[in-house]
Amino acid sequence: MASVLGRYGRKWSLGCVSYHKNHLPRFSTVTHSAVPSEPIQQQQAGRSMNLYSAINQALHIALESDSRSYVFGEDVGFGGVFRCTTGLAERFGKHRVFNTPLCEQGIVGFAIGLAAMDNRAVAEIQFADYIFPAFDQIVNEAAKFRYRSGGQFNCGGLTIRAPYGAVGHGGHYHSQSPEAFFCHVPGIKVVIPRSPSQAKGLLLSSIRDQNPVVFFEPKWLYRLSVEEVPEHDYMLPLSEAEVIREGSDITLVGWGAQLSIMEQACIDAEKEGISCELIDLKTLIPWDKETVEASVSKTGRLLVSHEAPITGGFGAEISASIVERCFLRLEAPVSRVCGLDTPFPLVFEPFYMPNKNKVSRKYWFPKICVTTWCSSASWQLVFG
Amino acid sequence: MAIWVVAARKSGATMAAARCLTRRNMVNGGGSCSAFPKSHSPNALAGKKEKENSSALLGFWRFKSTKASAAAAVDQLYSSDEDVTNNHQGLDFPGGHVSYTHSLNFISNSSTQNRVPCYRVLDDNGVLIPAAGGGSNAGDFQFHHHQQPLISQQTALKMYREMVRLQVMDTIFYEAQRQGRLSFYLTSTGEEAISVAAAAALTPDDVVMPQYREPGVLLWRGFSLREFADQCFGNKDDYGKGRQMPIHYGSNKLNYFTVSSPLATQIPQAAGVAYALKMEKKDACVVTFFGDGSSSEGDFHAGLNFAAVTESPVLFVCRNNGIRVDGNDALAVYNSIRAAREIAVKQGKPVLVEFLTYRVGHHSTSDDSTKYRPVDEIEYWKAMRNPVNRFRKWVEGNGWWNEGEESELRSATRKQLLQAIQAAERTEKPSLDEMFRDVYDETPSNLREQHEQLREMIKRHPGDYPSDVPV
Repeated sequence: MASVLGRYGRKWSLGCVSYHKNHLPRFSTVTHSAVPSEPIQQQQAGRSMNLYSAINQALHIALESDSRSYVFGEDVGFGGVFRCTTGLAERFGKHRVFNTPLCEQGIVGFAIGLAAMDNRAVAEIQFADYIFPAFDQIVNEAAKFRYRSGGQFNCGGLTIRAPYGAVGHGGHYHSQSPEAFFCHVPGIKVVIPRSPSQAKGLLLSSIRDQNPVVFFEPKWLYRLSVEEVPEHDYMLPLSEAEVIREGSDITLVGWGAQLSIMEQACIDAEKEGISCELIDLKTLIPWDKETVEASVSKTGRLLVSHEAPITGGFGAEISASIVERCFLRLEAPVSRVCGLDTPFPLVFEPFYMPNKNKVSRKYWFPKICVTTWCSSASWQLVFG
Repeated sequence: MAIWVVAARKSGATMAAARCLTRRNMVNGGGSCSAFPKSHSPNALAGKKEKENSSALLGFWRFKSTKASAAAAVDQLYSSDEDVTNNHQGLDFPGGHVSYTHSLNFISNSSTQNRVPCYRVLDDNGVLIPAAGGGSNAGDFQFHHHQQPLISQQTALKMYREMVRLQVMDTIFYEAQRQGRLSFYLTSTGEEAISVAAAAALTPDDVVMPQYREPGVLLWRGFSLREFADQCFGNKDDYGKGRQMPIHYGSNKLNYFTVSSPLATQIPQAAGVAYALKMEKKDACVVTFFGDGSSSEGDFHAGLNFAAVTESPVLFVCRNNGIRVDGNDALAVYNSIRAAREIAVKQGKPVLVEFLTYRVGHHSTSDDSTKYRPVDEIEYWKAMRNPVNRFRKWVEGNGWWNEGEESELRSATRKQLLQAIQAAERTEKPSLDEMFRDVYDETPSNLREQHEQLREMIKRHPGDYPSDVPV
């Protein structure tokens, strides 16, 4: 996937961390002013690294910059099953980086308690597929902690990290994309990065955000996605979508690993003369409707794509919201190209996945049916 | 996941660190528990040392339990004290040693001989039970049975007063609900000693994570009757901003976390809070309360396990209305929490305390408990085993209290409560803005939009909305 960082990035902030060793750090998270005009990678030297290394670096920075931060979960001590936590226990000590019992509800419950005492608790769930025992703690406790107490208590320092998504051979229980369940919960944030440099900045923002965040990491990209990542401490804003490819004919919205598939489809489309605008949502709740709306106002067409099953997936929320806001501007129904409504299959994964050709097929249809609807070929496409 | 439990000591009030073996980690050779050394060998069978072999054997047993070769591994699971002395051969594993045995014995709970006895200081008539030969063991802590319990007159009187106020508060709020002035209420009737006496044995820095039947702790720490009423009426002075049902109190200044309805969720959180206190090196512990029903929840097991593994100072207090402390004996509650707190704070260990008690009231105002238990049973406990009466007898027996003061306290409290209810009822509700605040630290755009849309709706159809909420 081409490194799109910087070319189309709009708003971000540098990590402005002023702190003293034993005091609570003050963080500026989302800043719309003081935006640097030059892309991130030109500001400070970067190093080529993959996704798990970028996440590892973010965790090192988080623990170093805030003595009241902790990283824990199953097997994180030796470095984790995906090596995201390598070196942390050795560097920061077993009292700050430690293994937990195999109990997701305990991991998240414990993390909530730690966060409620003004600490940054970064809890790892080994696979997003196993997050469900913790669902009660996340939905009924973490999401409502501040609200139900009238602001007397909060667990804003909580961040839950979990690898999600297809990996080629994961089957039912190592491939799920459960983001939609969490997008239905007011009080938490759901953040999904698309690349190493994005992951580092978004994870640091998530950890330092004053609200509980569920951070899904696309496991397929842990090794596969490699790019230049700045080595310094920086943060990327939450709830701000990014236009990573500008276009005029159709808007495509996605997140995580799916963006690289969509980008391939955009490149193919370009050859056919279709100009695609590709948006990385980054934060799914609260999501940046304004950016998507502005784009669809320009293009008149929207296609949303995600690995998770289509029915009840987050694409439905985006579709409904955009139809409400842009109905008169829309030139075609909003398309969704998503996983099928089956449990994630093993042998049938290539059939299940919303691949490049499925995306292409779907945006041909709205484009053709408007401009050349008289031709017989298009009738076939419309009705065939 | 298989859990090892080393042969339990007879009076196990303290938790041993749980040993965790996980299927994934058996296959991968790693360990999910800090008690285990990290093995990077993908095939644990390759290890030649006895402990690695035993781990592998167990892993094998997990997968291939029907195979004959695994039978030898099964008898490693149980050992008794006699085997320790008779048979020095055994199984060493990280964190302990287990002896082999040739006799197959199943450990059973049915024998009453091995039950943990119930600690009490006052008899049913509020008279101090004379010390009978030494004390009792509870792990590392010796309970010395004094003639004079570890409590001053001042503390005892304050405890008694708060128990009375709790009773009066419960009576009046319960009635208010029945009259339709409150939507919901639940009482602590029969369990007054637990929350008040436990609170008395703690310091103000100890963090309390309640279930919902512990307002006695708040009373002890100084929450006013008006503050209780404000929360029940959900008015603008409610610290919870009118967002939750009655009795979901919370007070950060009194170190009392806000009540939430789901059961047992506070238990693993308590382990996390305690870990934070330990890291801050605070001279404080966490006390979390829950009923015996909640101890069936997964969160209960998760919480105890985490606290034990992380060696965090938590007191897990189970109000068992169905060990083992006589929860209706205020002095026993006081002593046991004092002692448990010492262990938790000084030794950094979690402690489980079980208070045997009886819930005289219905579960809540939504419940009619005569449907599932005999009325005469309720009456018996209310009349004959009442913790407040029992403690009253002791306090009066010491000459510290009398009938005159009793009726004065009850009528004064009643009067204050009625005033509080009237005032709280008349206080206006929080403004509509509060519905949209605190979902996140800052209000996001979707909520601002919804707020706007709602304002439009209210303008058009004001009759659809309650008039006591300022828009």
